Formats: sequence, structure tokens, C-alpha cells
Amino acid sequence: MKTVRIGAAQGFYGDTIEPAVATAEKGNVQYICFDALAELTMAILVKDKRKNENAGFTKDISVQMKALLPYVKDKGIKLLTNGGGINPIGAQQEILRVAREMGIKDLKVAVVTGDNVLDRIPEFEEKGYSLNHLDTDESIDHIKEKLEFANAYIGAQPIVRALEAGADIVVTGRTTDTAQFLAPLIYEFDWGQEEWDKLASGVFMGHLLECSAQSTGGNFSGNWQDIEGFDQIGYPIAEVSRNGEFIVSKVEERGGLVTVDTVKEQMLYEIHDPSAYLTPDVIVDLTNVRLENVGPNQVKVTGTRGKPRPDTLKVVMGYENGYAGQVIVGFSWPDAMLKAKKVDEIIRIQLERKGLNYEEIRTDFMGYNSLSGPLAHENESELNEVYLRMAVKAKTKQEAGLFSRLFPPLALNGPPSMSGFSGNTAPRALLGMWATLLPREEVEKQIKVEIAEV
Amino acid sequence: MAVVKLKDIAQARSGDKGNIVNIGVFAPNQAIYEEFLAQLTPERIKAHFAGLVKGEVLRYELPNIFGLNFVCKEALAGGGSSSLRLDNLGKCFGSNMLRLEIEVADHLLVDIKK
Repeated sequence: MKTVRIGAAQGFYGDTIEPAVATAEKGNVQYICFDALAELTMAILVKDKRKNENAGFTKDISVQMKALLPYVKDKGIKLLTNGGGINPIGAQQEILRVAREMGIKDLKVAVVTGDNVLDRIPEFEEKGYSLNHLDTDESIDHIKEKLEFANAYIGAQPIVRALEAGADIVVTGRTTDTAQFLAPLIYEFDWGQEEWDKLASGVFMGHLLECSAQSTGGNFSGNWQDIEGFDQIGYPIAEVSRNGEFIVSKVEERGGLVTVDTVKEQMLYEIHDPSAYLTPDVIVDLTNVRLENVGPNQVKVTGTRGKPRPDTLKVVMGYENGYAGQVIVGFSWPDAMLKAKKVDEIIRIQLERKGLNYEEIRTDFMGYNSLSGPLAHENESELNEVYLRMAVKAKTKQEAGLFSRLFPPLALNGPPSMSGFSGNTAPRALLGMWATLLPREEVEKQIKVEIAEV
Repeated sequence: MAVVKLKDIAQARSGDKGNIVNIGVFAPNQAIYEEFLAQLTPERIKAHFAGLVKGEVLRYELPNIFGLNFVCKEALAGGGSSSLRLDNLGKCFGSNMLRLEIEVADHLLVDIKK
């Protein structure tokens, strides 16, 4: 009985490629799929492109291709990535360049475009589409002028078309995180556009694979101490049957753990209503899913249900939202916390005296409450050391930059034993996110699939 | 009856979407899942995260995996890329969920090792 084996390669921009190389070598897979784009990634890529017209895709695509192209040629493994980001054509060109440099021939690289709708916002408004925020229903008017990017989340169908055209590699811009993973199944099994349960199962498989080792023991909240091989963890592999059922595993030689317990944590990751997980291809219902340990590091997944796909696509836009300035300084025992609190007080007085009116001033005590906020409450007085972290939100980069200059003098002028100062950090641009919905045909009519060859 | 911290009996993982954080919480078996259903109400979770979560908390039930999914709105001080928080992606909400205490009948705890 025919099955399709798919390996996960990337959970975010900046991930390591090593586990995917192991999967290519020993995982017996036909496809390796990447999810390079978190919500925040598009903002980073927009900034890159502003500095250099040819940039705007995830730069690690070069390293990834160098590592995996030999397997594409030797084993016929196909690579699917949304690392094109804000410049998918640039990414396609880069892949071709790497292939040429490696002397690789007869390679078809497809690119999918059309997700970028930034220039079409006025057109959408003219047509009377509401661009109000999806969660809050606020009007877009006050941020419209500050938009830096706007991309629709597109689904698997354009990638399927690229595979049908014989592509070895498909690079896209903003797709759903799971589109890369679903597309090969539609292509291989010829699933129809209304076979909802199968499509939903394919999406769910993608969901379990798209965050690297988060289903193979990474970030596991259970008995994480017992997991072996974090130093060379394996990324998930799915073996999918024609009916959509699948088994999650990993390369045996790599570390990590695949059990019902590690997989179920990923099952709900970044999901809202589990009976209606919206994607462009299908609405996924996870409430009947069955997870089953069927062997060492093997979990069988059945029971995923699907409902007809929505008539709209989600669009996420980013807008300029001021700058953050930040300082981190340490204090030692005795009274580490008291000293840190005193410096916080001093800085706030100085800010007021200097008339620096930041939109927000935030204080955290690293080692005490910086990751727990008001939920931290234990052992405040016994800390051996604590780091004061202060951050401000300013309208301009210059104002944000002024903040950190207040700190160095306090090493001599304030409470004793302020140390561990790692230098002034440059202000960081803040980005607001705006999510809305558009009629899908408005986006889909602009989607293009093009192939180039070396 | 024993009072136990979720840390000792449950799993939890959190993630972000815009200004929303979701927290999946998992019970080790049916009996303890039923205690979760009774005691981990959206109101209790909202109170637990007071100061971090400004909006409403919704709860979804997944008896098939003994899981509850809490969706917390206005939970990231504006969302990952514009928040001044260090945990700007809400990764630690799961861990902080495990601070919660619930009451469980002693016999239900006999076979649970976490």
C-alpha cells in the first residue's frame, strides 16, 4: 500500500539544518518541508529588503540548499519551503545560484507569488471590503499609513500545481505553516478539494511537524529530564497513508522522544478552537483525534475530521509601532533585590527630572519575575543575585537610545555591587500586527506559479 | 483529599497568535481530567493570570486526549513584536499554569509519577 514519507526541516528562521540532513540521509523520505515564517519574521525580512532590493527572503535558505541539494539529486527528495518571505523570486534566484555553484544540473525550482497584498490595500478599500481587526473589530484607519507589509496566508493548492509541473523545489512567500506539508499528499494521493477529512488529516500532520522538535521531545513539559539526545535531537517524520492516517516518528539515530505525551503537547500549540482550526484548504476538527503509541518512537494519529474550507483568507499586516530601549544590569548578594529596586527608583526619578516622557516604562527582575510577572512570589529576599531589566517604549529611535545612557554612572554613583552590565544595546523597532480577512478569490486570482531551471 | 500543584500531575504548553496566548493543559488520565473539568474553570484561570491576561479566557475541552485548551485574550501587552515583556511570545504561560493547585482524592494520585 502506497504511503508518503515527509520530514520536517525547520520550525523558524534561524533553525539548524542538521536534523534535516539526518532525515534526508536516513529517514527514507520523499519530501522535506520547511516552515520559516513566524508572524514576526516578515517584519525582519521587510527591513532586510529595504536595505537591499535583492534581500527579503530567509538568508539561511542558502545553507539549507547547500546541505540538501545533493539529496535532491541522489534520492529524488523534493524540498518545499516558505522561506521566500517577502521576496520569493529572490529566494528562487538564490536557490538557482547555489545549484549552479555546486555544479548541479536539471533542477526545477518553482516559485509561488501573490500572497503579498500591500499594494492592493487601496483597491480593497475601494471595493468596500472591511479591513477591521479580526479579533477586536477596530478600524484600520489609524495604522494604515504605517503599514510595512501585508500578506495573505495561502494554502497548499498553488504548491500542488508546482509539483504537478515537475518542480524539485518549491519556494513560496506567506503560506500557512502547514501548506508545505499538505501539498505533497494532495499531489501524491490525488485528494480532491472536497475530501475534507483527508485534507484535515494532512493539515494536522503538518501542524505536528512544523515546529521542529516540538513533537519529538523538544520543549516537553513532562519528564523532560529523561529525554536523551537533546544535543542532536531528531526532527519529526510522518508516514501518511492514502486515507490520511499517519504515523509520527524520527530518525532512530537522533535524540528525542516520540510518544503520545510529546505529540499531544504540540497538538494544541497555537490552536484556538480545536473543533475549528481554520486553514485555506479545510477547517480542521481535532476533537475526535486518537493518538496511539504503536512502537518505540512511533505515534499513530487517526480520527482527524474536516469541514468545508472558509470563503475568506487571513491577512496579517505589520505596522511601525515605535522603538524600544533596554538595559540589563546585575546586583549581587546581600540584598540583591533591594539594590535593584533602588536603581529602578533612581532611574525613574531621573527620567522625570530630564523630562523624558516615554509611552511605557517596564521593570523586570531577571532571576525573579521576568518570565512570570505577577505570578512570581517565592524567595525574593534570598536571591544570590538578580538582574534589573528596564525597557521603555518611545516614538523615535533617538528617544529610545537616550534611555540606556542613564545607567553606566550608577555603577559608581548608586547602591553597591552593580555589575554584569553587558553594554548599551541599540534601540529595537517595535511592530504592531494587524490581522483581517479577505474574500479568497481576491487573493487567489493573483497567485502565480512559475518554474525556472538550471 | 490532597492539594497538588499541577506541576506534579499535568503537562502544559503555551503559544502566541497576535495578542492572544493559548495554553494546552493535559491530565494523565480520565479521572484527573474530570477534576480538571470541575476545577480549572475559565474564571479561575483568568484570576490566576491576573496582571498578565487583560481580556477574557475561553476554555475548550478535548476528552479524547484528556486536554483543556485555554485561549487568553489581550495576554501579551500588545503582541509579540510590540510588547516590552521578556516573555514576549508567551512561552512561559504554560509553566506558570503549572503553579495552580487543585484538590484530588488521594487514591487518584497513587499511580501518578511525573
